[in-house]
This record gives sequence, C-alpha cells and structure tokens, in this order.
Amino acid sequence: MSSIGRPDPSVPFADLANASATPNSDKIPPIPFMRKARPYLILAPALLLTIGILIPFFISIYYSLTNYSFKYKDYSFVGLENWTQMLTDPLFWHSVWVTLQYAFFSTGVEMLLGIGIALMLNQDTRLSKALRMVLIFPLMIAPVIATLIWQLMTNNSVGVIAYALRSIGIDNFLWGADPKTAMFSVVLIDVWVNTPFVIVLVLAGLRSLPKAPFESAMVDGGSAWFTFKTLTLPMIKPLLLIALLFRIMISLQEFSIIFALTRGGPGDTLMSLPLTAYNEAFTYKELGTALPYMLILWVFIYILSYYLIRYWSRAQKNASGS
Amino acid sequence: MYALFALFPLFWMLLISFKHDREMFNTIFVFHPTLENYRVLFSTGEYIGYFMNNVFVSVGAVLLSLVVGVPAAYALARFDFKGKEDLAFTFLSFRFAPEMLVILPLFLIYQRIGLYDTAFGLIWVFQLISLPFIIWILRGYFEDISPEIEHAARVDGYSWWRVFLKINMPLIKPGMVAAALLSFIFVWNNFTFALLLAGQDVVTTTVASLKYISSDTVHYGQMAAAVTISALPEVILALLIQKHLVRGLSMGAVKG
Repeated sequence: MSSIGRPDPSVPFADLANASATPNSDKIPPIPFMRKARPYLILAPALLLTIGILIPFFISIYYSLTNYSFKYKDYSFVGLENWTQMLTDPLFWHSVWVTLQYAFFSTGVEMLLGIGIALMLNQDTRLSKALRMVLIFPLMIAPVIATLIWQLMTNNSVGVIAYALRSIGIDNFLWGADPKTAMFSVVLIDVWVNTPFVIVLVLAGLRSLPKAPFESAMVDGGSAWFTFKTLTLPMIKPLLLIALLFRIMISLQEFSIIFALTRGGPGDTLMSLPLTAYNEAFTYKELGTALPYMLILWVFIYILSYYLIRYWSRAQKNASGS
Repeated sequence: MYALFALFPLFWMLLISFKHDREMFNTIFVFHPTLENYRVLFSTGEYIGYFMNNVFVSVGAVLLSLVVGVPAAYALARFDFKGKEDLAFTFLSFRFAPEMLVILPLFLIYQRIGLYDTAFGLIWVFQLISLPFIIWILRGYFEDISPEIEHAARVDGYSWWRVFLKINMPLIKPGMVAAALLSFIFVWNNFTFALLLAGQDVVTTTVASLKYISSDTVHYGQMAAAVTISALPEVILALLIQKHLVRGLSMGAVKG
C-alpha cells in the first residue's frame, strides 16, 4: 500500500523501462515475446501459402481409404481395401519395378557421364569455357519439349536419326513403340535433359578444390587414376551426393517424359507408379484406388531423402573438417 | 561426342523450323530457309495466347514466391528459433513431393472451390516449385551477409525494416535475380500441373506443344517452330544467370 507511486526497489529501473516503452517503441530493443514470435511472424505468409497445398495432402490419406470416384457423387469408407487390392495386384509390382528401373538407369548414366564430362571440361582452354556455357541448354528445356524434339528426330519420315539409321541399314528401330526399346528411349531423353545438372555441380566442386595436394601427388608420381580415387573423389563426395539426391528424387517421380513419349505404353511396359496413378484417376476416374500408388511412392521418397541428407551432412563435415 | 549429343538436337530443331513443308521429306541439311512456319504459327493467334498464358502464370508464380519467400529466407537465415530446421526441411521437401500426389486431391478441391482451370489456381500450385528455390537459395545469400553490418546500422538508429530494405536487399539482389529467373524457368517448364489442373482456358505452351504432336498433323516445321519459340526464353535466361547457376540448381547446398 505504501509503495504505490514509489518505484519497486526489487526491480531496478522498472519505471524507466515503462516510461520509454510507450512513446517511441522502435528505438528500444523489442520485448522478449515479440523477439520470440518474430521469426514465426515473418515466416507466416510462406507457411499459410503452403499449408493450403499441404491440407489436400492429408485429405488424400483419408480418400485413399474410401471408394471415391469422379463418376458418382456418393462414396463410402472402405478401410484398407484399396491398399490390399493394390498390394496383391501384379501390375502394382510391375509399376514398382518400372519406376525403380527408370530411376536407376537414368540416374546411373547421368552420374557417370556427368562426372566424366566434368573432368574433361575442367581445363582453362577457350573451348571448354565455351562448352561449359552452352552444354546446360538441354537442362533449361522443358522435359516435354525435349521429348517432342526426340520424337521428331526419330520420326520415320522426317527424322534425322531415323534417316541416319536407315543409311547404315537399320530400319526397324521403333524407339518408344517397341516394348524392347521403350525403356531405353525414355532413359535416353532423361539423360539428354539432366546430365548437364550433374556436370554443372561436379564442375563447381572440381574448380573449388585446393591446388596443393594435387601438386604434391604429381611430384610423388601418383597415377591419374590413383589421384582421382584418393584425392578428388573424397573431396567432391558431398557434391556428388547432392547431385545424386536430386536426380534420384526427381527421376523416381518422373511423369512428363514417359507420358509425352508413350503414355506408359506400349501395353503397360512403361507404367511407372505416377503413370499408373494418373491412369486410375483420369482414365478410370477412380480417385480412391489411385491415391495409394502415390502415397507409397511418397513414403519411399521421403525415407530415402531423409537418409541421403543425413549421409550428406556427415560427408560434408568429413570433407571440410578433418 | 557428348557435345554433339547435347547440342545437335537443338540445332536440328532450329534448322527444320525454317524448312518449308515441301522440302521436309526430301532434304536433310541443304534447303531454302523460310519464315513460313513462324508466320503460320503467329497468324492464328492461338499460339500467342498460349505463350501469354505461360508468361502470365510463370511471372505471377515467381512474384508471389518472392513476396512471401524473401522474408521467410531471411527469418531462416538470421533467427534461431524452435523448429527452424524442420521448417526449412519442410520447404525443401516440396521440391521432392511427387507432383501426382499433390494433383489428385487438388484436382478434386480445385473443382469444388472453382480454382480449376484458373490462372490463380496454377500460380498457387506452382508455389511448390518456385518457393523452395527462392527460400533455399536466398537463405544461403542472407547467411553470407555478416550480422555485424546489420547491427551497425541498427545502432545508427535505422529501424529494422529500413535496415532490411537499405542494407540487405541490395546485397542479395544478384542472388535474388538468379533465384527468380531459375524458378521462372522451372515453372515455365512444368507440364504435369498445367496439364491436369488447367483445362481449356489456361493452356500453357508445354501442354499446347504436346497437343500439336498428338493431333496427327504433318506440319513438322510448325511444330519445330513452336518448340523453338517455347525454348528460346529459357536458353536466354540460362545465359544470364551463368554465375549463380550452381548455387541455384543445388538450392544453395553448394556455394559455387
């Protein structure tokens, strides 16, 4: 009672802080609550925008447990029926196999080719400088457009590749139309589009390498392969992992190249998981049965990326730390 | 050899886009160049419409991403707060989310709330592509700016907002331009979202080009011209951002 009007001795300068807080509040450091909330407030718009897209994602888990169809208004809860149906369908396992094959071959070829080309371009000649600039063009072109270009080139009546093959006596190469060469054709287009991605990343890694260890290796007379294996490779490993991560994640869910070239055909030769889900949802109009195909792919991609990212951050620490 | 493999298809495409339909079947490299294909392509007005659609939704998507993404990138770079890395990873994971998984439920919802086949609907879903680029690339650029500079400006009496506009923005501008152009290219190239979440009204060039080839036309020259026109902006943009390409493509993971 008696302390009213008098500053509380236990809180020094309490009145001072109060007095200056009201008139010009932007001159003093923000109060703790605002400081804590500020990063979240700044992030809020970006979060809101993406939550709008994430909500459908959770809805899709629910719909995968129903027999929702674009054909009828009503739908009912069917439990795990869609899931068990998918897992017992041999076509599902075929799709998994196609998806993995596609990702394995395209990523594998792109990594090997990308590393090789990057090693060759890692010189300061005028030619390699110019090539570094133009070789990224395929990467900038839409995969669908790239597919169209290849389709035109292999077209039997006007295609230049078809012409070249004919002139050396091969005239029954059917590319995407033949089950035997369909996978080769789509992987070829994927390789054409995405190898520059690996080249660009590996080149950046090669160019940032320190010079000294390589000079001493040269003095010691190590062979080129030995230097590459013991010096270059460990040093650019984090970079290779990043390239691998991006390529695997994206090739596992590739839709546009396969769709543009063959629509998943001939027959169901190229029916990867995204193509099958597309078919279920937009050809048969069954949303309920389409969703499990994509959910299972997403779970797989999520787990794989989680481990690859952890492995990458460890590799990066090793490369820069010790 | 690889250079031939990588560049010849583009060269050939450009070449036959100048080739008249009459010469298409009986000549390879030697022919009389003509602008006929381009003239036909533009005279219908249809293709210009697709092109403008594409420009509109791509620019819209990138601008929206910049408005919400730049502050987000700053927050992720500067502040230490609970769940920071989880949030950052969430944004990155959009880049790896299967497009088809997003499309299936969105198709349903868009039709119900009237966003199906609208420019805004596409711009919104394109945030999945452009926002991770903007946030992750710019986060790296913000981290490169020493907090000391900001502190010094704050001590001099500038408000937080002024410091952000006058000190940070000019410093990250080159990175921001690169991130914006790169995400523009990838949004422009997108096919799956544009095919399935837009119908008749908002056709983009990638979707239109596919329709060209499946419509049994034999106007290969026009097709080549259409492909050339839709690939041209990207090739030009790619040359502009050479210096930032590595950092951009790896979403800031590699500081090239």
